[in-house]
Amino acid sequence: MSENKKSSILIVDDEPIVRESLTKWFRQDGFRVEAAEHANAALKLMEKGPWDVVILDIKMPGMSGLELLKRLREIDRNAQVIMATAFASVESAVQALKDGAFDYVTKPIDPDHLSHLVSNALQQRKLEDENSILREHITEISGVNEIVGESPQMKRVTDLSLTVAQTDTTVMIRGESGTGKELIARTIHANSSRRYFPIITVNCGAVAETLLESELFGHERGAFTGAQYRRKGKFEMADGGTIFLDEIGTVSPKMQVELLRVIETKQFTRVGGNDLISSDFRIICATNKNLESAIKDGSFREDLYYRLNVFSVLIPPLRERRMDIPVLAQFFVKKYAAIMNRTVSEVSGDAMDMLIRYDWPGNVRELENVIERAMVLAQSSSIHANDLPFQNSTKLEMPKDDTLEAMERVHIESILASSKWNITRSAEILDIDRVTLYNKIAKYGLKKP
Amino acid sequence: MIAPIRIVPLLPVSSEFVSSLAHPLHSIFQTEIILDLPLDNILTAVYDDSRLQYNSTDLIRELLNRFSPSSSKIIGITSVDLFVPILTYVFGEAQLDGTAAVVSTYRLDNTIYGLDADPILFFQRSLIETVHELGHTYGLYHCKDQECAMHSSTAVEDIDLKSAMLCKNCRDQIGIGD
Repeated sequence: MSENKKSSILIVDDEPIVRESLTKWFRQDGFRVEAAEHANAALKLMEKGPWDVVILDIKMPGMSGLELLKRLREIDRNAQVIMATAFASVESAVQALKDGAFDYVTKPIDPDHLSHLVSNALQQRKLEDENSILREHITEISGVNEIVGESPQMKRVTDLSLTVAQTDTTVMIRGESGTGKELIARTIHANSSRRYFPIITVNCGAVAETLLESELFGHERGAFTGAQYRRKGKFEMADGGTIFLDEIGTVSPKMQVELLRVIETKQFTRVGGNDLISSDFRIICATNKNLESAIKDGSFREDLYYRLNVFSVLIPPLRERRMDIPVLAQFFVKKYAAIMNRTVSEVSGDAMDMLIRYDWPGNVRELENVIERAMVLAQSSSIHANDLPFQNSTKLEMPKDDTLEAMERVHIESILASSKWNITRSAEILDIDRVTLYNKIAKYGLKKP
Repeated sequence: MIAPIRIVPLLPVSSEFVSSLAHPLHSIFQTEIILDLPLDNILTAVYDDSRLQYNSTDLIRELLNRFSPSSSKIIGITSVDLFVPILTYVFGEAQLDGTAAVVSTYRLDNTIYGLDADPILFFQRSLIETVHELGHTYGLYHCKDQECAMHSSTAVEDIDLKSAMLCKNCRDQIGIGD
C-alpha cells in the first residue's frame, strides 16, 4: 500500500525463521523493514531510526524483551512496540503494557490480527506525531514574546512570572489599569504545565453581580428566567487549565464566600443544580484596588485575600519605567503598520520626547491607543509631535537644551510630581538615596507645588 | 513478453482443477503458461507434525531445488494448509521479485467454514490468490486499489472483495498491456 511505503518496521527476534518470514511479509506490504537478532543490534538500529513500529520478542537470550522495551522507548517514545511471545503470561503482558508497549500478541500470530494490529499501531504513531507537532505549534504561538520592556522593573516582572509559572501557586497580579495584567496572566499560563488546556478569563467587574454566579459556576436548564439550556461555568471550562479572575476587588461579599469555598474544595454546583462538579484549575487574579484597605473597611474578606495573595506580582505604572516607552512605542508602530498596511516605521525625536515626558495615567493601554491614532494621522514614514493628541496637555516643560543636567532635572521633577512629592518613594523609583534626592532638588531649585 | 509461468500441481490437489487456471492466467499475464506434471512426493518433506500444517517457506525451497535454474516463474498449487512459523496460516507465499511461489486452496474452500460448497467461488478465490502470489514474483508489492488482485488480504472475505485482474498501475509496473 502506498502509505506504507513511508512506514518502517523493526523486527527484533532471536529466531532466524521469524525474522525472515516477518521481514518478507511486511516487505510485500511496501514497508521499510529491518531485523535484529539481539538487543544490541536492535539498539544500534533504533539509533538509526525513526521506526514507526517495533515487533519485539519478549524472550531472548541476554537482555530480555521487557528490558529492551524500556531502552527502546528511551530512544524513541513514539515508536509503537508490539510485544510477541510464544509463552504467554498475564504478568509479562501487563508489565509490557505498563512499560508503554502498544500491544501484546502470542506466536504464532493470526495474519488477519497482525495486519490490523500494525495498521492500528501506525495510526497511533501518526496521531502521536501530529500531537507533538500541534504542541510545538501551540508553544510557539503562545510563548512569551509579547512582554515588551527593558526596564529593570519589567525584567523583574517577567522573571517572577516565569518562575511562578512552573508551580501551581495561586498568583495575584497587581497594577494600575492598563499596565498589562492580563498579558502577565497569559504569560504565566503559557509557560506552565497547564498550557495545553485553556485559560479562561472572567472580568468580575464587567459582569453584573446577579449573573456572576451563573457565569462562574454555570447553570442548569430552567435555573432562572432565560436559562433555556444547561451551561457550563467558567470554573468548569477551566478544568485542567487556568482561570483568570480580573478585577477581583469588585466581587460582592456574597460571591467572595462562594469563591473561597470553591478555591478550598475545587468543587461546586451549577446554579439550580444538585450535582457536585469537580474541576482542576489554577487561579490567577488581578486587581488595581488596594485590597488591604478593602479588608480594613470590611469590603473584602481577609481569608479570601490570603487564599488569593499567595504569590504577588506588581506591575509598575508606565510613568515609573519611562525607559520602556520608546521600546513599547516602536513595538506598537510595528504592530499597527502591519495591521493597517501603512509604511509608518518610526517615531520622530520630537514625538518620542513628548511620549517619554507624558505621565500615562492609562498606562500601556493608553500608549497603544495614542500610537494607533497617530498611525492613522501620520503623513510620512514617521510619527511627529503634531500626530499626538496631547501637545498642550503635557504636564512637564520640555528641557531648554539636550544636556544631561537638563534631562535629569525634568526627569526628577516628573517623578516627584507622579509620587506627589513623596521623597522616599521618588528616591526608590530613581534608585538613589534620599539625601542625594534632596541635594538634587536643591541643586535644580525644585519646589513642591 | 514477460517471463513464462510454470504451474506445478502438488498432489493431492486435483490436477484437473489446477489445469483450469491456465487459460485465465494466460489472459491476465499475457505470457506463455506451462502446465507441469503433478508432484506427489514433495509435501511430506515440509510437513510439521507439531502444527499439523505444511511449511510454505520450506515448500518454496523444495520447488527451487527441483526447478532451478529456471527462466520461468514457478507456482506450486496445493490443497493442504500452509503456514510460516510466526503466523497461524498463509494463503500463499512468494519470493518478491524472485522465481517461486506457492498457493494453498485449503482455506479458500467454503466447507472448512461450515458453509455449503461453492465451486465457482472456490475457483475465483484460487485464481485471485494465484495471480496475487505470481504478482509478487514479478516484483509487485501490495496495491492500495481494493479491487486489484495485488491488494493485501488476510481473510477469505477480503479475497472476495478483489477481482482476479491486475489494476493498470500494477500492469504498467510489470510491463503488460490492457
